[in-house]
Amino acid sequence: MSQAATEIVRISGHAGTVPGAGLNREFQVCKLVDTTTCIGCKACEVACLEWNGYTFSETTFNNTYQTMPETAWNYWNLIKFNEHEREDGTLQLLMRKDQCMHCEEPGCLVACPADGAIVQYANGIVDFQQDKCIGCGYCMSGCPFNIPKFSPTARKVFKCTLCVDRVTQGLEPACIKSCPTGCLHFGTKMEMKELGEARATQLRDHSGFANAGVYDPEGVGGTHVIYVLHDATNPEAYGGLPKNPQIPWTVKLWKTPLKWLGNLAIIGGLVGVFVHYLRFGPKIVPPDEENLSQGGALRQGGAPQGGNRP
Amino acid sequence: MSTTPILGNGRVLRYPYHERVVHWLAALSYIYLMLTGLAFWSPWLFWIAVLFGGATVSRELHPWAGLLFVAATLMMYGMWGRQMHETESDKEFWRAVPHYVRNEDELVPSADRFNAGQKILFWGFFWCGILLLLSGLILWFTHLVPWNLRYLRYFAVIVHPAAALLTIGLFIIHVYMGTAMERGAFGSVIRGDVSVGWAKRYHRIWYEHLVRDAAARK
Repeated sequence: MSQAATEIVRISGHAGTVPGAGLNREFQVCKLVDTTTCIGCKACEVACLEWNGYTFSETTFNNTYQTMPETAWNYWNLIKFNEHEREDGTLQLLMRKDQCMHCEEPGCLVACPADGAIVQYANGIVDFQQDKCIGCGYCMSGCPFNIPKFSPTARKVFKCTLCVDRVTQGLEPACIKSCPTGCLHFGTKMEMKELGEARATQLRDHSGFANAGVYDPEGVGGTHVIYVLHDATNPEAYGGLPKNPQIPWTVKLWKTPLKWLGNLAIIGGLVGVFVHYLRFGPKIVPPDEENLSQGGALRQGGAPQGGNRP
Repeated sequence: MSTTPILGNGRVLRYPYHERVVHWLAALSYIYLMLTGLAFWSPWLFWIAVLFGGATVSRELHPWAGLLFVAATLMMYGMWGRQMHETESDKEFWRAVPHYVRNEDELVPSADRFNAGQKILFWGFFWCGILLLLSGLILWFTHLVPWNLRYLRYFAVIVHPAAALLTIGLFIIHVYMGTAMERGAFGSVIRGDVSVGWAKRYHRIWYEHLVRDAAARK
């Protein structure tokens, strides 16, 4: 990224093209999760815990392979197992590695009020800075994927970092490194998109999955974690992957029109009362009305104008 | 009250001690809520949180202050709720409100203990307070709201700031009128009393009631 910072875009008084233009590789990173070759071994879950320094969480048993219902503040990567019954009555075991999608338009970041608590890097990674997090949980309302999780002990919110600490050192994320089937890939967004599309084409043309496709939802501007799905028309079957994820409309309404309307109203109100005072001044009881009062006596030390100024 | 609010030295007791305490419980908790809330409202106001011990502290204490404010609001409802119902004279007041704004108070119909504007303020804060409480509880415990009830979160993130903005509008007008505009009003909520002239000019129906009650008691 440091090289990108010094990459020349324009040169003054220079004839011809900018030297080196267009030579840089795209540095938007991306994870590709091919759900069609996932075997549900959970190695990625363990690698994630190992690298990020968490211990295994307590598991639950609900007669499936699902070990816990959803990701947790200290469990960022979870395979969702879904027994999906197809139209012909046959059973399909759908397995999807669930983690932060690293949206191009991150709802968590839009909703966050704390200065610097959520950052989006040029490589596409959306990262929480817990030292700046105030624990309000607005990110949880902004996220369409149910990813940010609140830690009641730390009173802050945590989620997958896309191993930003590894990626900036030129390493692949821990989950990718651990995958035994090669269903997890890591590279530039462009490469992963191409690889995913090639796999989807293969699935459509040779494996009988007519609806196979790549999940890279436009509603959040695309994501930096993309999926190959056997049936891209039904992402909900893969443990509730939203078909068209969006930043919730109330969050958008709150952060743009309401914000400007509110700011205008507050400033308008302050200016309004000030102008009223300049134009009409205070309400003061006239002295003659004050003298009509019972007993006639003014309170000692009362304002001479009759107005009882504190 | 066993004694009459007419104090005899040209003064009338407008807000007895317990009403003043409740008013300031509501006022101070509201000011804290408004300022810390504004810190979370806009990045340009985030510095306000620093004045209150940082944004993390503000986030922790804001809900507790909210409970205090709701408690004070409910006490106000108990104290004043019945006096806040709209009356015929309130409708006349609204027709004469341009005169009130221009300080032509001779042309404004007499008011009871609370005038029509004060009633708007009261019910505005009361109903917004309820909305702020409901949405605030959801925001306080966002992490306990299950994913399939996430619409509660979406409701809360828009209702909470919208209701708060309405109260800020009421607050600006209330503070302006209670301090700069209506001389005598601020003293009444600090020391409790107003002059007889003040009572007659702005709340004649209320004052005449007090006089009748005092006469009946003799």
